[in-house]
Amino acid sequence: MENASIFVIMVSAILVNNFGLSRCLDICPFREVSNQVETAFGMGMAVTFVMTMAGTLTYFVHHYILVKLGLEFLQTAAFILVIASLVQFVEIVLQKMSPTLYQALGVFLPLITTNCAVLGLALLNIQYDFGLIQTIVHSFFAAIGFSMAIVLFAGIREKLEISDVPLPFKGFPIALITASLMSIAFLGFTGLV
Amino acid sequence: MDINTIIIAAGILGVMGLLFGVGLAFASKKFAVEIDPRVVAVREAVPGANCGACGYPGCDGFAQAVVKGVAPVNGCPVGGADTATAVAQIMGLDAGETVKQVARVKCEGHEENCGNRYDYDGIDSCLAANMLNGGPKKCLYGCMGLGSCVQVCPFDAIHINDKGLAEVDPEKCTACNKCVVICPKNVISLVPYEQLTIVACNNYDKGPMVKKNCNVACIACGICERNCPHDAIHVINNLAEIDYDKCTNCMICVEKCPTKAIQGDLSLRTVE
Repeated sequence: MENASIFVIMVSAILVNNFGLSRCLDICPFREVSNQVETAFGMGMAVTFVMTMAGTLTYFVHHYILVKLGLEFLQTAAFILVIASLVQFVEIVLQKMSPTLYQALGVFLPLITTNCAVLGLALLNIQYDFGLIQTIVHSFFAAIGFSMAIVLFAGIREKLEISDVPLPFKGFPIALITASLMSIAFLGFTGLV
Repeated sequence: MDINTIIIAAGILGVMGLLFGVGLAFASKKFAVEIDPRVVAVREAVPGANCGACGYPGCDGFAQAVVKGVAPVNGCPVGGADTATAVAQIMGLDAGETVKQVARVKCEGHEENCGNRYDYDGIDSCLAANMLNGGPKKCLYGCMGLGSCVQVCPFDAIHINDKGLAEVDPEKCTACNKCVVICPKNVISLVPYEQLTIVACNNYDKGPMVKKNCNVACIACGICERNCPHDAIHVINNLAEIDYDKCTNCMICVEKCPTKAIQGDLSLRTVE
């Protein structure tokens, strides 16, 4: 993957290795925040924002601090530290600079602090040995792919809400079945890249 | 493993943590946003059970809604009048009148009064039993006594009594509405705490049908309606209903009811 072109990374991140549906990362918000398209979109935007920033920042932390000191094994701990502080920082700044955006993202920002997709993305970027540009592109489009998945899922769940589901399947069970069906559908993209 | 590696690793993480911490502390000072102190005050005045009875996501959500002016100051049913007054004081408003309410189970159909159609041998859940042809009771509207309301009560205020019916402890009940929502028979409802006379039946079937199934059911004969001096009780959809605003607890209906479906302790009646 080191020399993969930008376009291939893009398609792979959005469709083939979709974070929500193929890698099964970020299942918690995928399940919890997908009742309405509107909130799902808000969550998607928050994830996109944080993932792009975290991906870029962890690139620098890894290559200029950890590699230089031969401490690659500290990846997980260091990245968690970076991501948690970053989200906190972004929240504080947003609250001051752009209350509207802060209101829109609302409760989703702190939720992302301990989000496995963000950490997973940072680790994957290193694993694939991406350069800076590739890292940024991959981070951004992986998040876009996740946002797309969660918005689509929310759309289906809104329809499920008014459809006649057998009582034992009402609520989460049918939502999980839907998610797995979507996941199988996304399996069809394998081999594209 | 070299001891130096461990020291360096710990040092690097420590320094990073320290740097980020200082950065965050600096940022929170520089970008500090003033929070309305009333939100904090209201949040402290409410009970903090996060039960959601007010309709907002937790007590924090309620506090914010109150300060915004969206939620009423007496919007917390759990806290009751005391909380309403406290919140009203913070907001500089009049608390208004809050009637303390409690949940009541409108059924007296225990085993002697209302038998079973079949033996239920499943899990202890009214919701599950209700799916099997409407539950084991002869009466399709009555309390099945399997305790779904007991499980859901956050205040330990509802229990299954020795007759096998759900019973509310009015002292512990906070009218959070959870049992009312969970009951598949809709046999629990909120009633003013002061209300001593209630119709202990939830059956909407016609008289002869009801009588076949239960000894203490409302048969919609209308005697209570004709005898009530305050026009406070009416038979609607084959079931007597008390208008709690008009009822004075004179309990004439309790005396007159031929099936004893209207409940009230006659020693506590209002004599007129």
